[in-house]
Amino acid sequence: MNATTLLVRLIPEYGQFALILALLLALVQAGVPLAGAATSRPLWMAYARPMAAGQFAFVLVAFGCLTASFLFDDFSVAYVADNSNTRLPWYYKATAAWASHEGSMLLWSLILAGWGFAVSRLARGLPRVMLARVLGVMGLVGSGFLLFILLTSNPFERRLPAIPAEGADLNPLLQDVGLIVHPPLLYMGYVGFSVVFAFAIAALLEGRLDSAWTRWVRPWTHLAWAFLTLGIALGSWWAYYELGWGGWWFWDPVENASLLPWLAGTALIHSLAVTDKRGGFKSWTLLLAVATFSLSLLGTFLVRSGILGSVHAFATDPARGAFILALLGLTVGASLLLFALRAPRADFTGFDWLSRDALLLINNLLLVTMTVSVLLGTLYPLILEALGLGTVSVGAPYFNTVFVPLVALLCLFMGLGPLARWKRMPARELWRRLAGAGLLALALGAMLPLVYAGRWNLGVSLGLTLALWLMLSLARDLLGKLRRGATWRAGLSRLTPGYWGMWLAHLGLAVTIVGVTVVSNYSVERNVRLALGERVAVAGYGFTLEALDERHGANYVADRATLAVARDGRRLYTLHPEKRRYTARARPMTEVALRPGLLRDLYVALGEPLGRDAWSLRIQYKPMVRWLWLGALMMALGAALAVLDRRYRQDRHQRRHGVPAPGREDVRS
Amino acid sequence: MNRRLVLLIPLGLFAALAVLFWSSLATAPDGRDSARLGEAFPAFELPALADPARSLDRSLLTGRVTLVNVWASWCAACRVEMPQLAALAARGVRLVGVNYKDGRAAANAFLGEFGDPFEATIHDPSGKLGFELGVYGAPETFLVDAQGVIRYHHVGALDTEEALQVILARVKQWRSQP
Repeated sequence: MNATTLLVRLIPEYGQFALILALLLALVQAGVPLAGAATSRPLWMAYARPMAAGQFAFVLVAFGCLTASFLFDDFSVAYVADNSNTRLPWYYKATAAWASHEGSMLLWSLILAGWGFAVSRLARGLPRVMLARVLGVMGLVGSGFLLFILLTSNPFERRLPAIPAEGADLNPLLQDVGLIVHPPLLYMGYVGFSVVFAFAIAALLEGRLDSAWTRWVRPWTHLAWAFLTLGIALGSWWAYYELGWGGWWFWDPVENASLLPWLAGTALIHSLAVTDKRGGFKSWTLLLAVATFSLSLLGTFLVRSGILGSVHAFATDPARGAFILALLGLTVGASLLLFALRAPRADFTGFDWLSRDALLLINNLLLVTMTVSVLLGTLYPLILEALGLGTVSVGAPYFNTVFVPLVALLCLFMGLGPLARWKRMPARELWRRLAGAGLLALALGAMLPLVYAGRWNLGVSLGLTLALWLMLSLARDLLGKLRRGATWRAGLSRLTPGYWGMWLAHLGLAVTIVGVTVVSNYSVERNVRLALGERVAVAGYGFTLEALDERHGANYVADRATLAVARDGRRLYTLHPEKRRYTARARPMTEVALRPGLLRDLYVALGEPLGRDAWSLRIQYKPMVRWLWLGALMMALGAALAVLDRRYRQDRHQRRHGVPAPGREDVRS
Repeated sequence: MNRRLVLLIPLGLFAALAVLFWSSLATAPDGRDSARLGEAFPAFELPALADPARSLDRSLLTGRVTLVNVWASWCAACRVEMPQLAALAARGVRLVGVNYKDGRAAANAFLGEFGDPFEATIHDPSGKLGFELGVYGAPETFLVDAQGVIRYHHVGALDTEEALQVILARVKQWRSQP
């Protein structure tokens, strides 16, 4: 064995050592600065930043080692042997690092350390004590997860001496671009809320929560929320085309696990706005900050412990479940206890029942109700089981019944929010500004189903009315703002990125609602048997089965059908749905043929072969399904845009120049 | 003081959740006896899933020992137990499905995807029959004897060999009854 091969063979050991070093640094990052902040020792507090950098560097090295083990096909590493194969394309090898439990947790830790590092770099203007506490708390969380990896889920565990000659291959479901980007984005969101959580704990420890604090926290919250939104949307898109059922949301426990912190995070964003602008809702904001990250941890626990049945079958291991539960109990229990002891005194700032404050309060109540109902629905099977009542699935019927009316109410108030003033808004003025938008939305919403489908449809009317109400009130608000300047250009220049972010994100929700409404009501689905040369018509499109052949991929063999799609006698597209058998796992996979479009998707999946030259096929017509994800993209972009707002950078400006930044006055403050 | 007590509520709720999780990690799922045990299968008149024009009623369940499986396409646990149901059908057990609170298209697609072990499937989109049966969710399975009386009830997926053996034993037992 020459020196180079030896070095390559030892890569998992370097990874292991790097992980242990990262844990040690994280422990120092947690202990020393927190003790320093408690005893006012600047030198101890100064440990926070270098330790955060060190922890990040070593977790990065560990992660690099795992990726390298995959690229070198080191099947002596159990995790690599279980999730890779020599014939797997290199890009899937690299991303298989987070295909399963151990690697996912390592990615989690990497991202956590990454956020910590980002805080230590970007938060230079933060008071020393605050920075020490924030990074200390992040170090605590980081140590917990690194310990979890090292004790129960080590990705570098060797399978010696019987090294398999070939790996078991990556789960075919996960051999897809969706997988490459979905988990990292989702984790960026989940873990991003740890920053907000750490800030909340620091504020509780310090017993101080001022507007400087909210200005520090808001951009981090927006950023984490933007990532989580993208992650959820990508997950939904991936399920849509990869699982082969054409569904985009299943109310599956794993999906719910990501929706919970998203809902709580949405409430947090709005509560923070009140705390920032009006100094109200302080305890509530802190509680939401703790709750949002706790729900991220809870999601991790639910998914990783396998206590809930799910289509996303993950390996189940009671030891792991117990460890994460202990971690969850310590983190959440301690922070809620701290909250009970240290939450700021009553912070009621007077406001009218009709004011932006009141509307944001309603927003928070509704979002928290949604969070609780999704949580209850997700845990209901567990509760039944704990009471000895057996295992069941609570599915879409429950969630749709509870969720849809709450969303409708939320939209109703959401239309009013941006136009209402803080503290007090005369009802007459609100009516004057919005009556037109409301009536127009009602009229258009009622008519549109008739125009679109030729029939009245109450459900569609309701959905579209709400979406139109949001869009029109946003348009009305923007027009009002533009008119307020001497010229349009002057009005435009007064609008801040924060305002545009809100505008875009709210519009995004409206777009998503349009997509959900139309695709849920006007989708057409046909299960047909087609023999060679036969034709079937679905939603005005003719589908002809033209050919059946076999195709060989790198690590699979596929039965491939060729379908011609025609409309009004004119041939439009050729579609190639496949049924793949991945050789290593002998597992069949449906590869959907999709023809995407802004107004409709055509979706063809192969079912089973029915004798010679005939297959069962599922053909679907999905109108406006893209709007779902387009809206989510707008929400994420909106949140990211809000991060750029100048008011979040004023402190830095002030420090540099000794005077407050001349920044534009916020439009409505 | 009062206010501090209010602030303790989140902690209390979380503690309750933690206990729930702890017990879920520790305990295995257990069966629940149906209040319907020993009673006649409730009367119903519902369309067949495969053919909306065909109406099904209680006479479907008399004459032979039948396993009635309540399922839905939205239910993840139902997906898990489909191979077991197919195995039961292959061993000569007569299966009838109740498609519970589900859309016809989604349900048919589900059967297209996972196979159809049922001799017939009753389409119960409003969950009325499920309610009469005292179903909490899906999946649940009822053993109905040749006289149409419910004799055994299983909650949750039939996903273990043990559950399968119990079902087979019961089917045999009730087949041999006059």
